[in-house]
Amino acid sequence: MVEPDNTKLSIRDLTIRFGNATALNKFSLDIRRNEIFTIIGPANSGKSSLLQSLNRLNDLNPVYQKSGTVLIDGQDVDKIDAESLRKRVGIVFALPFPLPLSIFDNIAYGPRMHGIRNKKKLSEIVEKGLRDAYLWDEVKDRLQTPAMNLSGGQQQRLCIARILAVDPEVIMFDEPTSGLDPISTARVEETLRVLKQRYTIILVTNNVAQAARVGDRTAFLLMGELIEVDETKHLFTSPKDKRTDDYITGKFG
Amino acid sequence: MKVQLQQKIAFSVLFFCTLLVVVPVLLILVIISIKGFSAIDLGFLTEMPTSGMTAGGIFPAILGTLYLVFGAILFAVPLGVLSAIYLVEYSKDNVLSRLVRLAIVNLAGVPSVVYGLFGLGIFVLFLGFGASILSGSLTLGIMILPVIITASREALESVPRSFRIVSFSLGASKWQTIRHSVLPHALPGILTGTILGLGRAAGETAPILFTVAAFYLPRLPQSVFDQTMALPYHLYVISTQVPGIPENIRYGTALVLLLLVLLLNLAAIILRYRFRKRKKW
Repeated sequence: MVEPDNTKLSIRDLTIRFGNATALNKFSLDIRRNEIFTIIGPANSGKSSLLQSLNRLNDLNPVYQKSGTVLIDGQDVDKIDAESLRKRVGIVFALPFPLPLSIFDNIAYGPRMHGIRNKKKLSEIVEKGLRDAYLWDEVKDRLQTPAMNLSGGQQQRLCIARILAVDPEVIMFDEPTSGLDPISTARVEETLRVLKQRYTIILVTNNVAQAARVGDRTAFLLMGELIEVDETKHLFTSPKDKRTDDYITGKFG
Repeated sequence: MKVQLQQKIAFSVLFFCTLLVVVPVLLILVIISIKGFSAIDLGFLTEMPTSGMTAGGIFPAILGTLYLVFGAILFAVPLGVLSAIYLVEYSKDNVLSRLVRLAIVNLAGVPSVVYGLFGLGIFVLFLGFGASILSGSLTLGIMILPVIITASREALESVPRSFRIVSFSLGASKWQTIRHSVLPHALPGILTGTILGLGRAAGETAPILFTVAAFYLPRLPQSVFDQTMALPYHLYVISTQVPGIPENIRYGTALVLLLLVLLLNLAAIILRYRFRKRKKW
């Protein structure tokens, strides 16, 4: 079991339903501070639903029902107001969704919503976010141009910069490289390793090799059940469950 | 070969139908322009009517229509947009919200003379505004509400869901999301609805008949509680109620009404274009 003070997020008996469809069933898991926690599993295994329960984005779905609890630093997420929770637990989606604004305004969007008006302060935040997402050098001369004009890989790093600008504690990546070429993917993975020093990172990925490359610990999900969770190197070298073995060796999924 | 023939027939039928739509519009414009053009000069646009409306200008009617249109827009756009926001973003799908939607659809189908009677009943008599610009504007405003609500709803619903999700995921509140990520992108669509409403408000006669329009007034309205002359009603009066009005004055008035509506539309279209250009897609 994990040391209590080292636990960032604690998921207890979480069951998620959308209407009649069960997305997650009696799910329990602890995520530690400053680790890269990777979640693998075939499509429809409940990975994205899990993420969106952690920052309560699922609450926007009218047919969403849940039971069980999610604790962040020991506090029930349902007892925190959704805006503050989402500020602490950021998410980067599979597809980059830049807002139809300039690069600068995209990244300043979050801080502005949280009440930062000072231009100098905003510029600092934007620059820092872009630098941390390794995008600064590519865009520093065109911050006022539309973010939609960036390439796919740049847009994804823009979305990372945008969440960094909000200064979260946990960042969740929902298949962040599924639409990217290998070079952009390598850049994003490198970013993850650096970010881990300051943030707790949860990475959902369809790419088993990616989980093996960047994960500290890995969980394998199948049909809404947690099959196995372990140190990444153990899970990939000596999985305890046959289904995990089958999945990581590519026999199904 | 048979397929190609069908292709040609279909194309011809479609083209012919489209042409049929254009022809009446052009005819109206051409006939009114030809018959009315000779009446229009600076005096016609800026002077009061004289000699029992058989000479002079139609300035009070032009001004009155402008007052009424702006009054109606001032009332209907905020109300319509805000209720559209409520319907799209906040209301849940239940009996009440369906009832509201049904009511809006039905409101759009009410004949304009009924709005006139309604305005007479509630604004002129019950609320005691009298026959006044205020009563007329409110009546016209209610008449164009469904157009504006429907257009605003469609505009809001067509804003991609991802904009909202991204905004929420960055910790923005619901209102911040609507204000900063939804409304700016719905504005062009909302303006389209406003344009449609504008044209209707400027052209309708029946709603202003009982609520504001004056047969003839020797002076311009001084406040929103005054009656005013208005172009559609003035046109009706000089065409049917007063004998001996020269034909070119009648057609000239119609032409001015047409041009006014076109001008208002043009202004709104330019505004919409500028909003669209500001978007950074």
